[in-house]
Amino acid sequence: MEETMTQPRQVAGFGRDLKSEEMVISMGPQHPSTHGVLRLELVVDGEVVVDVIPHIGYLHRCFEKHCEHMTNYQQVIPYADRMDYVAAMSNEFGYVVACEKLLKIKVPERVEYIRVIMAEFSRIVSHLIAIGTYGMDIGAFTPFLYCMRDRERVLDIFEQTCGARLLYNYMWIGGLSHDVPAGFTEKVKDFCRYFRSKIKELNDLLSYNKIFIKRTANVGVLPAAVALNYAVSGPVLRGSGVKWDLRKNDPYSVYDRFDFEIPVGQGLKGTVGDCWDRYMVRIHEMEQSVNIIEQAVDGLPAGDIASAIPKRIRPDAGDVYVRTETPKGELGYYIVSDGTATPFRVKVKSPCFVNLSALPAMSRGAMIADIVAILGSIDIVLGEVDR
Amino acid sequence: MKEFLIDLLHNEALVYTLMAFVPLVWVVPFALFAVWWERKISAHMQDRLGPMRTGGYHGWAQTVADILKLIQKEDIIPSAADRKLFILAPYLVFAGSYAAYAAIPFSAAYVGSGINIGLFYVISISSIVVVGLLMAGWASNNKWSMFGALRSAAQIVSYEIPVALAILAVVMVAGTFDLQEINRLQTGWFWNWFLFQKFPFLFVGSIIYFVASLAEVNRTPFDIPEAESELVAGYHTEYGGMRFALLFLSEYANMFAVSAIATTLFLGGWNSPFGEFLSGPFWGLFWFLGKGMMFIFVQMWLRWTLPRLRVDQLMYVGWKVLIPFAFAVVIGVGFWVMAVR
Repeated sequence: MEETMTQPRQVAGFGRDLKSEEMVISMGPQHPSTHGVLRLELVVDGEVVVDVIPHIGYLHRCFEKHCEHMTNYQQVIPYADRMDYVAAMSNEFGYVVACEKLLKIKVPERVEYIRVIMAEFSRIVSHLIAIGTYGMDIGAFTPFLYCMRDRERVLDIFEQTCGARLLYNYMWIGGLSHDVPAGFTEKVKDFCRYFRSKIKELNDLLSYNKIFIKRTANVGVLPAAVALNYAVSGPVLRGSGVKWDLRKNDPYSVYDRFDFEIPVGQGLKGTVGDCWDRYMVRIHEMEQSVNIIEQAVDGLPAGDIASAIPKRIRPDAGDVYVRTETPKGELGYYIVSDGTATPFRVKVKSPCFVNLSALPAMSRGAMIADIVAILGSIDIVLGEVDR
Repeated sequence: MKEFLIDLLHNEALVYTLMAFVPLVWVVPFALFAVWWERKISAHMQDRLGPMRTGGYHGWAQTVADILKLIQKEDIIPSAADRKLFILAPYLVFAGSYAAYAAIPFSAAYVGSGINIGLFYVISISSIVVVGLLMAGWASNNKWSMFGALRSAAQIVSYEIPVALAILAVVMVAGTFDLQEINRLQTGWFWNWFLFQKFPFLFVGSIIYFVASLAEVNRTPFDIPEAESELVAGYHTEYGGMRFALLFLSEYANMFAVSAIATTLFLGGWNSPFGEFLSGPFWGLFWFLGKGMMFIFVQMWLRWTLPRLRVDQLMYVGWKVLIPFAFAVVIGVGFWVMAVR
């Protein structure tokens, strides 16, 4: 481990002369706030955490090995859904973009626009869950249900479009499974109007609550340099004040056509890169996603969504690496083709896995209650950490 | 009421035994109702409906059904637990919170035991609860339970000081520890309540009392000993079935006990807020329970709105905010009482 870790915080009453044996305590795999089956081995000195060792692998489903044994490329899509299951659209998005690059297919404009709308909706859904469960980790139960209520509206839109609410299999290589339903534009615009006021409600209830700020500001500080060393991405990286978003820095699909901001942590309530900053980046990203969705719906071109779907997928031998900005961070697919109908290798670069590896650096010297706050602010989904 | 029963039965021992059960008539239905009420309140705050089916009307029988289920459950004692302490702890916790009811004046006509140091008795007997919690946490032989127990001991001990100081301020004004006497001093319109006496000292004192009592009964934002997202369930992690129900019951009994004290000390107890309007022993009961339930509602309201503080922040609030203010109140009231005399 490097020496650039955050220094342990001095806590009154835990002076040197009081020090006695340290205790190892197991947090998880069954624990209300490890967000799934994660096990954290905490080395604690009273309430102060000396070290955190994450143990992962409880949800390992051999995603990468399974991909090599599919009969064709399309069969990977529903499986990709099951990685980050709260933002399944974003996972599909990365995979189909990678396959299209491998096959050198140009997809119709309409497909690209609908994909962007869906990916941004899934960003909103994912952030709503992240924010809601984060409130619960801190002890506020009510915001979680408010978030679920708003999430439900987005899921309704997904359901009307493709029939599924959680795992969609919606984006296909070269196209989409269904076109958007009649009245889609109005429904989306309705939601955008509705949702802006709900973000304000969330801010009033949780973001600027004094106790919430006390619990999250100056907690789990991840300085920009350390964040870059750990190669974290997504809101965790932006929370540390690094303006890096693949939608702007390495645009894929049609993201270069939309006007939106990249929110970064500014340390308004504490230090840059603390839990509150990471939380607030997610709130602002939801606002930006609403902007993108509105622009995309306004500019939605006409066309056929199935015209570019290939009958037979057998890419030439070669490899491709595509990275996309999912709600959790930078999701990369490295696909190797040997010229057959089955991928030779699908390697996934998972943002949650990388972000989780920065947890020990953020947590040393914090208190047990802070570990919960820090883990929640990283926003991991174990389905993607373990794959 | 005691005299009436002695006349009726001519046996003092029997009467005292009977009297001991009277609060149970209130505590058990109250706990059942409060659990249901809390679920409904939280549900309506959160865009949900809460229990709707059991019993027909808005799921009123849900908690009764829950208790019946808990009674039927297998009684599990972890093999590594300290058996005796593990079994004893819930009873001690319940005994501590139940015994406080002996001195609570429900109405002008009914108080379990009209001792002249009632207030003193209530704050001392309710401290037994912490021994039970420590026992429960220690006996479970579970690190999370132990954390919960230690946190709760530290918290309750710290927060008893502001509670005691706020109570002391009232005692200085009232000049008595007798809870019935304190009630009688507040008879008349609501501006006679101690809440508005020696303004603003007792008003501040009432806020200190309320905040500190939230910590004493482990309610949000001070529910650190049983912080669900950190300690799983704190000291009652390993408890199941009826033992868990008993711990749960005493938690709600405690909630009402501190609300009852707050009502008695600051809101005039069983006095009607409007002079002679609707006063009398029966209406006294109505006003007392109504005011108590209002405090319970505020406790629930806070619970479903606020996040939770961290351990060190809790200690900060206790020692560096509440205690200095409580001292200021005591000193201010002291000078005022001296000057007027």
